[in-house]
Amino acid sequence: MPHIEAANVALIYDTPSGRVPAVEDVSFGIETSEFLCIVGPSGCGKSSLLNIIAGFLTPTRGEIRIGGRPVTGHGLDRGVVFQDFAQLFPWRTALGNVTFGLEMKGVGKAEREELARRQLALVKLEKFAQSYPHHLSGGMQQRVAIARALAYNPSVLLMDEPFAALDALTRDEMQRLLADVWRETRKTVVYVTHNVAEAVFLADRVLVMTPHPGKVKADVRIELARPRNPLSVEFLEHQKMLLHHLAP
Amino acid sequence: MSAALDRAQSAYRGGLALLVAAAVYEALARSGAFPPALLPTLPKVAATLVNQLLDGTILEHAAFTLYRVLFGLALAVAVALPLGILMGRLRPVEHFFLPLASALMPIPSLAWVPVFILWFGLGNTVAILVVFYAALFPMLLNAWSGVRAVNPLWLRAAGAMGAEEHALFWKVIIPGASPFIIAGLRQAFLRAWIAVVGAEMLAASDWGLGWVIFDAKEFLNADVMLASLAMIGLIGFVFERLVFGSIEHATVVRWGMVQTAR
Repeated sequence: MPHIEAANVALIYDTPSGRVPAVEDVSFGIETSEFLCIVGPSGCGKSSLLNIIAGFLTPTRGEIRIGGRPVTGHGLDRGVVFQDFAQLFPWRTALGNVTFGLEMKGVGKAEREELARRQLALVKLEKFAQSYPHHLSGGMQQRVAIARALAYNPSVLLMDEPFAALDALTRDEMQRLLADVWRETRKTVVYVTHNVAEAVFLADRVLVMTPHPGKVKADVRIELARPRNPLSVEFLEHQKMLLHHLAP
Repeated sequence: MSAALDRAQSAYRGGLALLVAAAVYEALARSGAFPPALLPTLPKVAATLVNQLLDGTILEHAAFTLYRVLFGLALAVAVALPLGILMGRLRPVEHFFLPLASALMPIPSLAWVPVFILWFGLGNTVAILVVFYAALFPMLLNAWSGVRAVNPLWLRAAGAMGAEEHALFWKVIIPGASPFIIAGLRQAFLRAWIAVVGAEMLAASDWGLGWVIFDAKEFLNADVMLASLAMIGLIGFVFERLVFGSIEHATVVRWGMVQTAR
């Protein structure tokens, strides 16, 4: 049984100019520990789909099942990382941000700080545990956000273009770091991006979505050995194939 | 530029402005254009202030005034902070209280003094109520605005990490709205401090800095009046700069939620 299943998921927005389908009859399964990227241009419904999996949006039709159970709201089985750096709580240190979920779970202070420090070490920020977010760079803030989403040990990590607002060099570094984190934690990851090279670098599998209405156009397996070399011929061929699927 | 040097420069500029103003006043007082009883020289005012400080009377008056302000302010915060937050979170609460606040807010707090005297008699109750009234609305409106300015992403992230309503309130909404809450506290104190002196002039029986000023008029004691005014200004300055300035620096400035001016 797949870890995450989407069954005929549709989302229709009611707008003043009528009903706009954002996601139309999408079905797929994601295996445990699989890294799935959803790629598509803006307006293809990829973020809506992620928000449905996260439980922030309720689909108009169909359902998402995680471990066989239908999703009805957000839950501690999923960690979420957003694109905006402002997702961190500015009034909490990096450590304080990472302990938040554990605090909500009722884990004692000493234990949650120990666990949080381990997560910060995973994203190579153990030296910045006591720093406030506004003293950290964008890339560091996103690393704290990843540590925060992993700290309470969810089985699923949902990421909505987490590196899209970073400069190209930092983004490359973050992608390598995320690949390492995933290799160590073996979470099931759903990662939304509009960046094809990013998808080829990170994913086991890529769903290509097209807009108006949002539909899955292709389901592509990336069979490249890791760590992947973005300059290899095979890598570029995969990239080309995805771009071909994306072309209108 | 280092922060210490910056502070020294700002203190120097502030001191210079005060010095110039004092010199102009002193020149006017010594010119003989006005009777010395109405326009006492600064050394005379300073001597009166020192005497009153030494015999403790002005401190006692100041303590009474501060007690009224802090009591009324605490009441106002206890009511306005939760109410303002509820207004920002729940539409029906906002719909009920916002028109009420808009209608009551333009009434000067001092206009209530005769009504309060009628209801409660002369004394502390009236002064505290006036302070409460003056401090209530700035706190209420800032708390309300603060809640609406909380980044929805914080709520979403906290929700994803399992935060329920109680945790959201204390651990996300209150700190998230803190720049506004602190601004509200500052404005509320200032309004309260202004209101209390007026209330004391009208309603206090024999204590408080406002009462001292009003009472001194009976004996033409301009030096006592000016010494009390200086005391009022000084206490207000201390609270504004030291108390609220420190709170701000220890919280929202430290967290990068507000920037300090360059």
